[in-house]
Amino acid sequence: MSDMHATPSAALAENQTQFWMTKDHHPENGTLLGFWIYLMSDCLIFASLFAVYGVLGRSYAGGPSGADLFELPLVALNTTMLLLSSITYGFAVLEMQKNRRGTMMAWLIITGLFGLAFLGIEMYEFAHLIHEGAGPQRSAFLSSFFTLVGTHGLHVTFGIVWLVTLLVQVGKHGLTGANKRRIMCLSMFWHFLDVVWIGVFTFVYLMGVLP
Amino acid sequence: MNTPDLAKLIFGRLTLEAIPYHEPILLATFAGVAIGGIALLAVITKYKLWGYLWKEWFTSIDHKKIGIMYMVFGIVMLLRGFADALMMRAQQAIAFNGNPGFLPPHHYDQIFTAHGVIMIFFVAMPLVTGLMNYVVPLQIGARDVAFPFLNNFSFWMTVAGGLLVMASLFVGEFARTGWLAYPPLSGLAQSPDVGVDYYIWSLQVAGVGTTLSGINLIATIVKMRAPGMTMMKMPVFTWTSLCTNVLIVAAFPVLTAVLVLLALDRYAGTNFFTNDFGGNAMMYVNLIWIWGHPEVYILVLPVFGVFSEVVSTFSQKRLFGYASMVYATVVITVLSYLVWLHHFFTMGSGASVNSFFGITTMIISIPTGAKIFNWLFTMYRGRINFDVPMLWTVGFMVTFVIGGMTGVMLAVPPADFLLHNSLFLIAHFHNVIIGGVIFGLFAGINYWFPKAFGFRLDAFWGKCSFWFWLVGFYVAFMPLYVLGFMGVTRRMNHFEDPSLQIWFQIAALGAVLIALGIGSFLVQIYVSIKNRDKLRDVTGDPWHGRTLEWATSSPPPEYNFAFTPVIHEADAWWDMKERNAGRRTEGYLPIHMPKNTAAGFVIAAFAFVFGFAMIWHMFLIAGLSFLGILVSAITHTFNYKRDYYIDAGVVERTETARTEELAAHV
Repeated sequence: MSDMHATPSAALAENQTQFWMTKDHHPENGTLLGFWIYLMSDCLIFASLFAVYGVLGRSYAGGPSGADLFELPLVALNTTMLLLSSITYGFAVLEMQKNRRGTMMAWLIITGLFGLAFLGIEMYEFAHLIHEGAGPQRSAFLSSFFTLVGTHGLHVTFGIVWLVTLLVQVGKHGLTGANKRRIMCLSMFWHFLDVVWIGVFTFVYLMGVLP
Repeated sequence: MNTPDLAKLIFGRLTLEAIPYHEPILLATFAGVAIGGIALLAVITKYKLWGYLWKEWFTSIDHKKIGIMYMVFGIVMLLRGFADALMMRAQQAIAFNGNPGFLPPHHYDQIFTAHGVIMIFFVAMPLVTGLMNYVVPLQIGARDVAFPFLNNFSFWMTVAGGLLVMASLFVGEFARTGWLAYPPLSGLAQSPDVGVDYYIWSLQVAGVGTTLSGINLIATIVKMRAPGMTMMKMPVFTWTSLCTNVLIVAAFPVLTAVLVLLALDRYAGTNFFTNDFGGNAMMYVNLIWIWGHPEVYILVLPVFGVFSEVVSTFSQKRLFGYASMVYATVVITVLSYLVWLHHFFTMGSGASVNSFFGITTMIISIPTGAKIFNWLFTMYRGRINFDVPMLWTVGFMVTFVIGGMTGVMLAVPPADFLLHNSLFLIAHFHNVIIGGVIFGLFAGINYWFPKAFGFRLDAFWGKCSFWFWLVGFYVAFMPLYVLGFMGVTRRMNHFEDPSLQIWFQIAALGAVLIALGIGSFLVQIYVSIKNRDKLRDVTGDPWHGRTLEWATSSPPPEYNFAFTPVIHEADAWWDMKERNAGRRTEGYLPIHMPKNTAAGFVIAAFAFVFGFAMIWHMFLIAGLSFLGILVSAITHTFNYKRDYYIDAGVVERTETARTEELAAHV
C-alpha cells in the first residue's frame, strides 16, 4: 500500500484530501423534512376534498342544505376542543424541551382527551344527521360533507393511536433523541390537522349556513 | 348465525364461479403461469435459495438491491402488458367482414384496460423508480437513501398492487372501463362486478408505495448530497429525479383522493360521480387528469436525465447548456400542472378555457425543444461513440420529436375535436411513451447495467433489440396515425369497413417486430450472463463516465463509497480523473449503515390481503388484515436498533481486494 503512494509526490496526497472526506460524513437527519413533505402530500388530499366540496357543496338534490342542518354552537364547542388540544400539545413540547418526562406525558394525555372529546362530538353530529335522513347517500352535498369532515376525523383518530403509541414508547425508553423526533413529528401532524379544521370550520360550516 | 351467512362473512361475494375455467384463453394462461411459477419455486427450493433471497434481497434496505428488484418486477410486468398488446393487435387485425375475432367484447375490454394500467403503473413506474433508486444515491455520493426502511416498504407495496392486477386474471375479472375508469361507466350501476374494484385497490396499494418513495428520494437529494455538491453541481439525472419526485408527491395524493371518492360511490352509496342526486362525473375526469398529466412527466423527466448522462458520456463532452437543462426541467415540472384539461377539450368548457389550456400545452414544447437542442449541441463536434445506450438516445431524439409534433397538433382545440379518442391519439401517446420513456429505460439499463453487475450487456443483441424496437414502433404506430385521420376511434372490438383492415394488419406486423425486440432484450441478458467473464469490467468505469457512480467499484460495495467524495465540479468524477484524484487507500473508518428488516414485506403482505378482501367484500378478513397493517407498523416503531457499523477492518479488506484487482488488470 504505502509504496504505491511513495512514488507520486505530495501533490497527490493533497489531492486526495481535497477529493475524499477523511472523516465519516454524517448528513443531517432528514426525518423532519421528510415528514413536512408527507404533510404537504396529505394537504393535497384535503385540497382535493375541499375542491370537491366547492363543486358539489350546493348540489342538494332537493334535500336539506347546510343552513337546515348545521348547529353552529355544537360546532363551536367542537372547534374549541381541537384548538385546546393544539395548545396543550404545545405545552407538551415545551416540557419536552426541558426534559421533564412526567409533565410532558401528562400534557400529551390531556391532548389525547381533548382529541377524543372532539371525535365524540363529531360522531354525535354524524349520527344525528344520519338519523334525520341526511346521510352521505342523500345528496352530492352530503356526500362531500361527510367525506371531507370524516377524513379529518379519521386523521384525528390515527393521531390518537399514534399518541398512545408514543406515550408507551416515552414511558419505556424516556426522552431519547429518536423519541423527541417522533414527538416533533406528531406535533406537526396535530397542528396540521388543526389548520385543516380551521378551513373546514370556515368553508363548510360558517359559509354553509349562509343562505 | 347459519352457514350461508358465515360463508358470506368470510368469502364475501367470492364463489367458485369467479374462476374463469370456461374461458380457454384464460385457462391456458393460468396453466402456463402455474407451471412456470411451480418450476421457479422448485428451482429456488432445490438450490436452497429461499434463505438467501429472503435475507439478501426481500428484507434488504440497500437502495441498490431495491433498485434491481424494481427493475426485475418492471420487466416481468412488461411481458404481461405486452402480451395484452399482442392480443389486441391480433384481434383488430382479423375482426373484419363479420369475423368476430378470438376475443369476445367482454374479454377484449378487460385487455385494453389491463394493458394501459399495467404499462403505466407496473412497468414504466417501477422501471423509472428502479433507475432512480439505484443511481441517485450513487450520483450524490451518499451511502443510502434518507429512509431505507421506507424504501423497502414502498417497493413491496408496488409489488402488492401489481399482484392484485395479476390476481384479477384468474379470480374474477378486471375493469372493462379503459385505463382511467371514467364514471358513470365505472360506477356501480354500469360496472357492478369486481373489475373496477380490482382497479381501485391495486392502484391505491401501489400508490402508497409510490408516494412514499417520492418523499424518500426528495429528502435524499435535498439532505444527503456529498459535501461541495451545490444544487447547480448536481448531475442532470439527479436533477430530473428531484423534479420527478416533487411531481409524484404533488400529484399522487390527488389520485388517491379521487379513487377514494369512486370507491365510496361504489361501496357506501355516495353520489360524487353518479348521474342523479347532484353527482358530477366530469369532476372525476378533471381530478384524475390533474394527477394524470403530471404522471406523464413523472415518467419522462427521469429518462430525459438518462439521455443527458448518456449523450455527454458517449460524446465525451460536458453536457451543453447544463443550466438551461435544469431550468427547462423545472419549467416543465411547473407547467405540467397547467395543462390537464387538454385531455378533454370536448367536455364543453368553452372557448376561453380551452384556449388557455391549448396555449399552456403548446408552451410546454418550448423547454422540451430546448432540451433536444442541448443534446444535439452536446453531440456536435463530440467524439461520439455509438454504443447501445447512444443508439437508443439517437432513436429517441428522432422518434420523440415526431411524437411531440403530433402532440402540438392535438393541443389545438379545434383539431382535437376531430382527433379526440381516435387512433391518432393512441399513436401520439405511444409515440412519446415508447419513443421517450421506453427507449430511455433501455438506454438507462444498457448504460448502468455494468455498474450494477460488474459486466456489460452484450452489444450485438442490444443492437438487435434496438433495431427491432425502432422499426417495430414505426410499423406498429404510423398506421394508427393514418387510421386516426380517417376517424377510427379507439377501443373497438371489431370493424365493419373492410378497407381499414390492411392498416391494422400492418400494425400487427409492427407488434410482432416489437415482440422480437423484447425477445432480443431477454436473449441479450441471457447471453451477457453466460459470457460475463468476457464482458467483465473491473475498472468500475467502463464508459469513461463523468458522474460519481462511476467512481466506485462495479457492483459497488454495500456502503457505496469507502470515503465520501468531495465535489468541486458538476461532472465530479470527470474532474477527479482530470485532476488525478486517485483512490484513497488508507485511514479507513467504521461505516454507519441501516439494518435489514422484514417489516416492509409484512406490512405490504397485509395490504395485499386487505385489498383482495375489500374487492370481494370479505369485510371480516378486510378488518383483520387492516388491523394486521396497524399492528405490524406499530410493532416496527418499537424497533429502535435499526443501524450498525461496518467494521473498519471489513472496509479495508474490501477496498484492498479492489486495489489488487485494479492493479492486476491495468
